Order: sequence, then C-alpha cells, then structure tokens
Amino acid sequence: MHIIKLIFKNAFRHKLRTFLTILGITIAILSFGLLRTVISAWYAGVEASSATRLVSRNSISLVFSLPISYKDKIRQIEGVKIVSYGNWFGGIYIDEKNFFANYAVDPKTYFELYPEIILSPEQKDAFVRDRKAFVAGRKLIAKYGWKIGDTITLKGTIFPGNWDFVLRGIYKGRDQTVDETAFIFHWEYLNEALKKTAPLRTDQVGFYMIGVTKPSLAASVAADIDKTFKNSLAETLTETEKAFQLGFISMTEAIVIAIQLVSFVVIFIIMAVMANTMAMTARERIGEYAIFKTMGFGGWHIAGLIFGESLFITMIGCIIGIVLTFPAAKAFGTELSTYFPIFIVEDKTICLDILASFTVALVAAIFPTWRAIKIRIADGLRRIG
Amino acid sequence: MGNKSPIVEIKNLSKSYRRGNQILPVLQDITLDIAEGEFLALMGPSGSGKTTLLNLIAGIDKADKGIIKIGGVDITSLSETELAHWRAANVGFIFQFYNLIPVLTAFENVELPLLLTSLSKKDRQDHVKMALQVVNLLDRMDHYPGQLSGGQQQRVAIARAVVTDPVILVADEPTGDLDRVSATEVLQLMERLVHELGKTIIMVTHDPWATKVAHIIRHLDKGILNAHHQTDF
Repeated sequence: MHIIKLIFKNAFRHKLRTFLTILGITIAILSFGLLRTVISAWYAGVEASSATRLVSRNSISLVFSLPISYKDKIRQIEGVKIVSYGNWFGGIYIDEKNFFANYAVDPKTYFELYPEIILSPEQKDAFVRDRKAFVAGRKLIAKYGWKIGDTITLKGTIFPGNWDFVLRGIYKGRDQTVDETAFIFHWEYLNEALKKTAPLRTDQVGFYMIGVTKPSLAASVAADIDKTFKNSLAETLTETEKAFQLGFISMTEAIVIAIQLVSFVVIFIIMAVMANTMAMTARERIGEYAIFKTMGFGGWHIAGLIFGESLFITMIGCIIGIVLTFPAAKAFGTELSTYFPIFIVEDKTICLDILASFTVALVAAIFPTWRAIKIRIADGLRRIG
Repeated sequence: MGNKSPIVEIKNLSKSYRRGNQILPVLQDITLDIAEGEFLALMGPSGSGKTTLLNLIAGIDKADKGIIKIGGVDITSLSETELAHWRAANVGFIFQFYNLIPVLTAFENVELPLLLTSLSKKDRQDHVKMALQVVNLLDRMDHYPGQLSGGQQQRVAIARAVVTDPVILVADEPTGDLDRVSATEVLQLMERLVHELGKTIIMVTHDPWATKVAHIIRHLDKGILNAHHQTDF
C-alpha cells in the first residue's frame, strides 16, 4: 500500500518541478502525436487503396496521356472486372490558395469502382444525367458553403479557360479514411469542350483505373495490360493502386523522413528533461534510499520507487498529451485540409505515444536507479543532515 | 552481566578505508562481547571509528577482517541480499536526524519495516499501534513528521526501530539533534526498552548525559577500543 502511495507523494514533493516536467511531457507527446498524424495523413491515400484496383498510366510519365481507345482492350484482358478512367484537371477555384483535388471521370464506372464514395441514388442519377454536373465531398462543400444547384467556375491550368460546373451531389466517405474534399466531374464534358478548343488533346485520358476480379490476379493483370500496349505509341505502366500512391509519396520522401526524425528528436529531448528530473530527485533522496536499505528493502524496492515515480510523472503527461492531441489534430486538420484532406489520429499513433512515454520513463530512471542501488548504505547515510 | 550470554560477539575486527593510494585504518583488532539486554554506549572523539563499528555491527558495512556474530549468526559471511534480509529481521535503527520519510504519517513510517514481513494488514496495524503505544505517540499516528517536534519524531523513529521486535537496536547519536528535555525523554524511553522489553541497545554518542542510562561505556580512540564499565547496571 505504502509503495504506491509513496510513489504518488514523492512525485509531488517538488510541485513546480513536477508540474514543469509534466508540462514538457505533455507538449512533447502532443507534438509527437501531431507529427505522427501528419505522417499518417501523408500515407492516407496508400492506406485507403484497394488490393483489387490497378492504375495504368503512360510509362513515360503521368504528364503524358493514354488514348481512350485502350479502354476496350483493357476490358478484354482476363481478370479485369471493370475499367474506369480519368484526368487530373488541376482547376483553380477563384484563387490559387483554394487548392483541392479535381478530376474528370467516367461517372458510370467510377462509382462502381469506388464503392467507398457514397452518393445517394437520386444525386448519382442527377450527376450522370447532366454533363456539366459535378459532385464534391462534404468537407469541401462545408468549406466553401456550396449548395446543390450552385454553379461553380474553375479556372483551368492544364486545360485553359473558365469551366462552369453545376453541383448535383455531395458524397461522403464510407469511413474516415476516404478523402471528402475532392471535386469530380464528367470526363465527357472535358472531352467535348476540348474538341472545340484543342482538338489534338481529345480522346485522351490521364490514367485508367482498373478493377480486377480478385487481388491475387493483380500482378498478372498488370503485366498483361503493359504487354498489350508494348511497342505502341503510348506504352503503359500498370501498378497496384497502393504502389501508385506510394510513387507519389516517394517524390516527397525527404519531407516524410524529416518529419519522422523531428518526431523522434522531440522524444529524445523530453527523455533528457525527464532523466534530469529523475537524476535530481534520486540525488536528493539518496539518504532516504539508504534508510530503506537499512530496514532491509532491496534493490528491487528502490528500483520500484524510482521507476514508479518516473512512470507516474511520464504517464500523467502522456495522458494529457493524448487527450489534447484530438482537439489539436481537429484544429490542425481543419486549417490544413487543403494539404491533408484526411487528418485523423490513428490508434497506431496513440500506441506510439504510450510506447514513447514508457521508453522515456524507463530510460530516464535507469541511471538514477543504478546509482541509488549501487551507493553504499554508509555513504548514503552520510548525505543526511 | 557476566552471567548473560553474549548476543553480539566481535573478534579481531579491523576496517580501513582507502583514500587514493593511502590506506587509513579506522578500526584495529576490535574484540567485544555484548550480552543480551545490555545497553552499551560507544564514545570517542570524531573520527575514532564509532559509527563505523556501529555500521559493521548493524550489517550495513563490510569488515576487512574479523568476525561479527549476532545471535549466533556470523554476519561477515553473509551476502548483500542475505544481509538485507537479516537486517530486516534482526536490527532496529535509530539515527541522529530521525530519518523518517516526510511524506508518510507516523503510522506509515512505523509500518514500513513490516511491509517486508508476511504479516496481514490487520496484524501490521496491531504491531504499529503497539509500537506507537510504547513510545506514547498513538494519538499522533496520523501526523506527518513535519507536524511533530524533534523529540516526537525521534520517538516515532524508535517505534519504527522496535516494531519488528529486532534482536538488537543500534542508535547513532540519537540525542544529537535534540534539546535537553527531548533528549532525556528519548533516553528514558530507550532505558525502558532495555528494562521492560529486554532489548539490547548499542548507542554511539558524544553526549556524556546520554551515557548515564547506559550499562556499559566503551571508548574508541583511533580505532582502538578501551574499556570502561559503569557500575549501576
């Protein structure tokens, strides 16, 4: 009974020092949690990708397009269940700072291939019927306050000109890993307009999205697609959706590594702060530990007191840090929704927070414990008075 | 005294400390027997080796050579772990600065040594209350050390020392930090422990007043033990 009580009371003997240490740990865990969430957000597309979907693009670069005529050839390859296609539009809404993803897709096949995008049947019908229609995720709608029937104009960058769209539907994600900030419209609308303004760019798609009958066929189907278009004017590079998404991340890998490093540096710094607190604590109580030893308490008891106190202080900071991570992530995610449409604190992040706190507590207590156990009782007693 | 069997037997005990390349002898060839129920006072100038001898008897320091038997157990042959168990069962400590844990109440401080025993919570509580009753501080059991006077704190420390019913009590300058009135109370209490409970006490002191309650006074000078017997035992 006393040992737990003693750990609790010892932890608050120097209230200011303990408070400042807890504050430091709270800030560190909060920062660590947010940085890990940024990394998770970076990989959100990868996490959300399906094992039964492939992406096929021009083998030279994503910048180059593929003929629409490939669609039927791909459809005939064994193992292919459905073929959809699209173009990255890159339109700007009013100002460049209002960035959001906007694509031209084939509405009939797109929603079939992406069942995680949920749209009511009425809105889906309205979208399919109207060539100028678009649907957008509910977060994007909320951000700009659009309403069904509103006409929204995007300024084309890849496809110059002002492009008018009518909002016909608001989609939501099946779960929180689905991006709800995308703007999706008819590929036909884009293609028809290009026939008038840039005929050489018509009947081209940026990428094919292919559904396979089962995940085990993904590799062979991808190989078959690329083989089909080998030595053509536009050779394909087909990969799983996950590999496609990872390809994007690899372009910014240095940033991800830097964020990861910073997140661990934060933990390392707080480890040093906590170790300093525990070293001061143990030094002040070396006489008390000697008293415990005279009474017959062994090294394990002394270690229990020091590790217990270290763990107690660290876990208070950890819990407060974790609790604060959620509102902070929400605010952070709202503010940076343009860059991180999916910004959620994952269970894995919480586990990492707890693991980091345990590590900090244990590492911080090792040296003071070793010192307290090793010191001779007679030497410890001399420190009193 | 001569009829009582020795509870503490020390033979040819020597201890030295190393300071750099220099070896400083602290205790030289000490031989001493202390009978059960005796109250021995160890006196001597600073640096004479009193506290070192006390520490060796209490099993918190290791001798260079010689034998220390307490209750028939040669403690010089015990390992650190064995010594810790032995101390828990056989030695009660009383220090100059009381050395109570400031964040625990008087009751909890006294209960501490019992946490190493297999006693039930109820039995522990009974033992603690009895020990506090002996030192006449049962009414202060919920007080923290900071809420007690120096004399009261030392009495709590004595209760902590006796609560496990140890074979010997070792006291290092138990009155060194107390005023005369409190010191007298503490000494009278220690005297009662010897007379009423039959405890064996070995006390290191500078205080000639403190020696008035001791049965035997031994002087240490430069690590060598000289004899001086008090007659009123």
